[in-house]
Amino acid sequence: MINMLQKLGASTLGIFERLGRGHLFLYYTLRGIGSLLPRPNLVLAQVYATGVLSLIIILVSGLFVGMVLGLQGYNTLVDFGAEESLGVMVALSLVRELGPVVTALLFAGRAGSALTAEIGLMKSTEQLSGMEMMAVDPLARVIAPRFLAGAIAMPLLAAMFSAVGVMGGYFVGVGLLGVDEGAFWSQMQASVDVDEDIINGVIKSIAFGIVVTWIAVFEGYDCIPTSEGVSRATTRTVVHSSLAVLGLDFVLTALMFGE
Amino acid sequence: MTQHEPLVKIRNLHFSRGNRKIFDGVDIDIEAGRITAIMGPSGTGKTTLLKLIGGQLRPDKGSIHVDGQEVHRLRHGQLYALRKRMGMLFQSGALLTDINVFDNVAFPIREHTKLPESLIRHLVLMKLQAVGLRGARDLMPSELSGGMARRVALARAIALDPMMIMFDEPFTGQDPISMGVLVTLIRSLNDALGLTSILVSHDVAETASISDYIYVISEGKVVEHGTPEAINRSASQWVKQFMEGLPDGPVPFHYQAVDYAEDLLTGGGR
Repeated sequence: MINMLQKLGASTLGIFERLGRGHLFLYYTLRGIGSLLPRPNLVLAQVYATGVLSLIIILVSGLFVGMVLGLQGYNTLVDFGAEESLGVMVALSLVRELGPVVTALLFAGRAGSALTAEIGLMKSTEQLSGMEMMAVDPLARVIAPRFLAGAIAMPLLAAMFSAVGVMGGYFVGVGLLGVDEGAFWSQMQASVDVDEDIINGVIKSIAFGIVVTWIAVFEGYDCIPTSEGVSRATTRTVVHSSLAVLGLDFVLTALMFGE
Repeated sequence: MTQHEPLVKIRNLHFSRGNRKIFDGVDIDIEAGRITAIMGPSGTGKTTLLKLIGGQLRPDKGSIHVDGQEVHRLRHGQLYALRKRMGMLFQSGALLTDINVFDNVAFPIREHTKLPESLIRHLVLMKLQAVGLRGARDLMPSELSGGMARRVALARAIALDPMMIMFDEPFTGQDPISMGVLVTLIRSLNDALGLTSILVSHDVAETASISDYIYVISEGKVVEHGTPEAINRSASQWVKQFMEGLPDGPVPFHYQAVDYAEDLLTGGGR
């Protein structure tokens, strides 16, 4: 009994200790961002690695999600004779929810895991330690540009996802199922609001970008420097950041759209 | 003339990892301009000692002074300023794997100075020439042998002309030729550049052949220190076993176990 309590206490303490380390890590990383101002190239290279290289998977997924939305939405709306509203339905689902959330989940799998594995391997091959001994702060030199790049790339990717998704909905709805083209676009234009829908979607995607990248770089930096440790950290990045995105999405949605 | 201070002064150092005591009251002086070796069996915390000197770990008790500054009382900026004057050669080389040899050696120069590229090129080629790898400047770290990687790391460690270099097991896993090259390089660079070298190793013969002073540590304490000749003449049975690599002695061949005959006669599982 006492033993069980002891274990429970130890693991609770462990969780809080990790949370504390994670926040301190975030603080030092944010402080390191200042030193990047004169060296934008470091960030650009990482925007390429996390953003541009994730583009294919994001665009293809966006296209298919939009096409499925077009099909499913048409089948439901046509029963009520409201198939002209298909454009609104597709656009709002994408901009408000699916764009930021699905992009963040894909981003965690594609870019987040790569970040964790890269930093974890740098740690296990003593590259981070070596930098420290060369008086180069790895938090400022390695972590901060990756963190900033993730936060920049994520909203851009989400925007592309939504744009391609709308096109997918258009192909299926207007091209295949014969929804009136004018109604598709005009209803979308009339109903999608910049402040209410687009800005909120962008805020969501920035928040997800920060959370996913934070988890990814922290897991890499904090991993046990062995091959098993790196593999576990990579798994944790995908699991934790996916859960964090879904949980955070509920909170943000409640704040933004709940009356 | 006042008595001169050693470059690195370690006093009453205590450090433990979990429940395991790694250092239990260690005093070490590293004199400027010399090669000082720290020897001891694997797992005695020799690498830990270098990390303590470099300020990457904090001691539980005791103090470490480097060039008159107490390492663990320095603020972040001061510690980094001190580290610019220390080079460290990791066992693995710790080269950055995504850039080539030239950029690896140029890395600390580019990070810490605003020198023009033409000058950086000169500096890097000079450092690479010193370790004999000027021709390997375009290779990636994955294309280097272990010995070459360590020489590149050595070129990088001297890139900022430090006052001292710490070598972490530089000879481990090297073939006789690379070993010979490294031994000569460490000695000649130390003398030519007026460095102070700290050499952590358990390769007895190579280390003893180039060091000026040796500390032997075991189980958290300094068991012997002196010049290589003095260590070789040491009366301690333990030091004798270590230096001559005898299989049995104060450090027994057998790991602690119950009586052999009794163990074999007991039936059952393991």
